[in-house]
Amino acid sequence: MDLNVDIGSLRLKNPLIAASGCFGYGVEYAEVVNLKTLGGIAVKGLFLSEREGHNPPRIVETPAGMLNAIGLQGIGVHRFVAEKLPDLYSQGATVIVNICGSTIDEYVEITRILADADGVNAIELNISCPNIKAGGITFGNSAVGTSEVVQAVRSVTKLPIIPKLTPNVTDIAGIARAAEEAGADAVSLVNTFLAMAIDVETRRPALSNGVGGLSGPAIRPIAVRMVYECSQAVTIPIIGMGGIMTARDVLEFIIAGATAVQVGTANFVNPNLWPKLLADLKEYLSRHNIERVQDLVGTLELTETQVWNSS
Amino acid sequence: MPVDVDARVVSNIRLSDDYNVVCLDAPALALGAQPGQFVMIKPVTGFEPLLRRPFSIFEVLPTSNSAPTGFSLLNKRVGIGTEILYSVEVDQEIRCLGPLGVPFTLVGPPQEAWIVAGGVGLAPFLTLASALQQSGTPTTLFYGGRRSADLFYLDAFTQLGVELVLATEDGSRGESGLVTAPLERALTASVVSAKPTLYACGPTPMMRTVAGLAAAHGRPCQVSLEPVMGCGMGGCYSCVVPVCNSEDEPTHFVRACLEGPVFDSQTITWNRL
Ligand SMILES: Cc1cc2nc3c(=O)[nH]c(=O)nc-3n(C[C@H](O)[C@H](O)[C@H](O)COP(=O)(O)O)c2cc1C
Repeated sequence: MDLNVDIGSLRLKNPLIAASGCFGYGVEYAEVVNLKTLGGIAVKGLFLSEREGHNPPRIVETPAGMLNAIGLQGIGVHRFVAEKLPDLYSQGATVIVNICGSTIDEYVEITRILADADGVNAIELNISCPNIKAGGITFGNSAVGTSEVVQAVRSVTKLPIIPKLTPNVTDIAGIARAAEEAGADAVSLVNTFLAMAIDVETRRPALSNGVGGLSGPAIRPIAVRMVYECSQAVTIPIIGMGGIMTARDVLEFIIAGATAVQVGTANFVNPNLWPKLLADLKEYLSRHNIERVQDLVGTLELTETQVWNSS
Repeated sequence: MPVDVDARVVSNIRLSDDYNVVCLDAPALALGAQPGQFVMIKPVTGFEPLLRRPFSIFEVLPTSNSAPTGFSLLNKRVGIGTEILYSVEVDQEIRCLGPLGVPFTLVGPPQEAWIVAGGVGLAPFLTLASALQQSGTPTTLFYGGRRSADLFYLDAFTQLGVELVLATEDGSRGESGLVTAPLERALTASVVSAKPTLYACGPTPMMRTVAGLAAAHGRPCQVSLEPVMGCGMGGCYSCVVPVCNSEDEPTHFVRACLEGPVFDSQTITWNRL
């Protein structure tokens, strides 16, 4: 059975990737998870410099999900390269570095640093974090902005570039298309949905930031629809995510058109869910006589009345 | 090294309308557990609630010196997760990840240990008291609750040779008022004799006061903090607390699951907690 999937020039040993911000820098999980068995690890979003993040409370539970407004606390790209990357590299992890910038120059600068380091396998452009005011979201909100960031980064690296798209737009397929045209190797989606929870006793928002991003099973059907929508619009691979808890959920995304998937919030619930996800995925493939997982990508069956296109 | 196990409920001891102790069968988890460490509990298998909750390890079971078979949790129902834990049934299985976090640093004789607990903040201290007893460290527990019926396991502490100083807000047991009042008097009186190390867990205002008293009397103090946690593994950056380790360093956020839950009280920037 062949579980390999290709994301541009990067071959992943299986389609299961840990989602950014939900798996620390990867090394935190080394005692519980065999890092090299994952298709990849998207590390916590990095700016050029260290960042403080928002005041707590930073998370709140909601029905079948959670809101977060971490505010991208992080150690910055320099410390990441010096302190975390060698460890990930020596453990055989496939590393996708999630990067954030307040300006296009910042994205470019971070990319240059990462391109020179050993052990970076791909770059995921976070142009979709809903929790920070000045930052990537201002690019990810529009096709033009997305295109500018992707082009700028493209011009300084041959590493696979994966812009990560926000679902908080009316036309996500149009943004995926802009990313493809600007030279992205793949797109990943979705980041969290901008959301709010209120403490009715105090009449204050539950999060210190006021608003936050919704993740977890609650968002999965919307994420699946968006992956399907984008798969109709682009030919580059799609990395799908949003509420994946089980192999069944992984399959839903793959059938909708995702070549690989990321698992975020589920890590909090079950930090070593990977062996079971992989085993259940294999079981499905063998039960359906599918030799290569790539052959399942985008195999959604539709009747005439079910054909749907957003544009 | 943490393990993630389905632990069988051995007993659910209702202490009051709000408090209970859940005993769990989990030898692999209990084996390496140290005082002050915690576990992440998934109260239900479904999505309501979705996330795990952190709980201090209350006792390592059995409490005798034989090999551990499991551990217990002290629970107070305040929200949906603790409500579920209050009503768990024997033989039910609960997913538990642990032991996690930085344990207490133990003092030894001739030094004294003064433990300060408020309400459910008692949770990390039974294991601490047994470890202190094993080293022969004179130990006092300053324990405060709302009312007499909210003070638990007093005999267990007494059997460990712990001296008790009690306070209740309604005056129904021990001194009337907050437990920090007798603590302050004892600290003032102890300037020359005992040189206690303080250990505190409870409501934030109580811990802030204890930290202030410790600083004023030049005593070391370890606090066990209980911020909201998402994962317990350092993955999500939700459980951060503001710390400052030296004067030339600005206050910054560190993850309580990895660098805590036990902290030196002097490093916490209390007015930002
Ligand atoms: C606590 C938390 C932190 C996150 N941090 C980041 C981040 O730093 N960069 C990023 O691109 N996405 C971040 N995300 C979004 C996730 O990577 C993912 O896109 C989203 O949570 C949906 O997937 P899920 O439902 O499986 O969690 C974060 C999500 C959560 C819950």
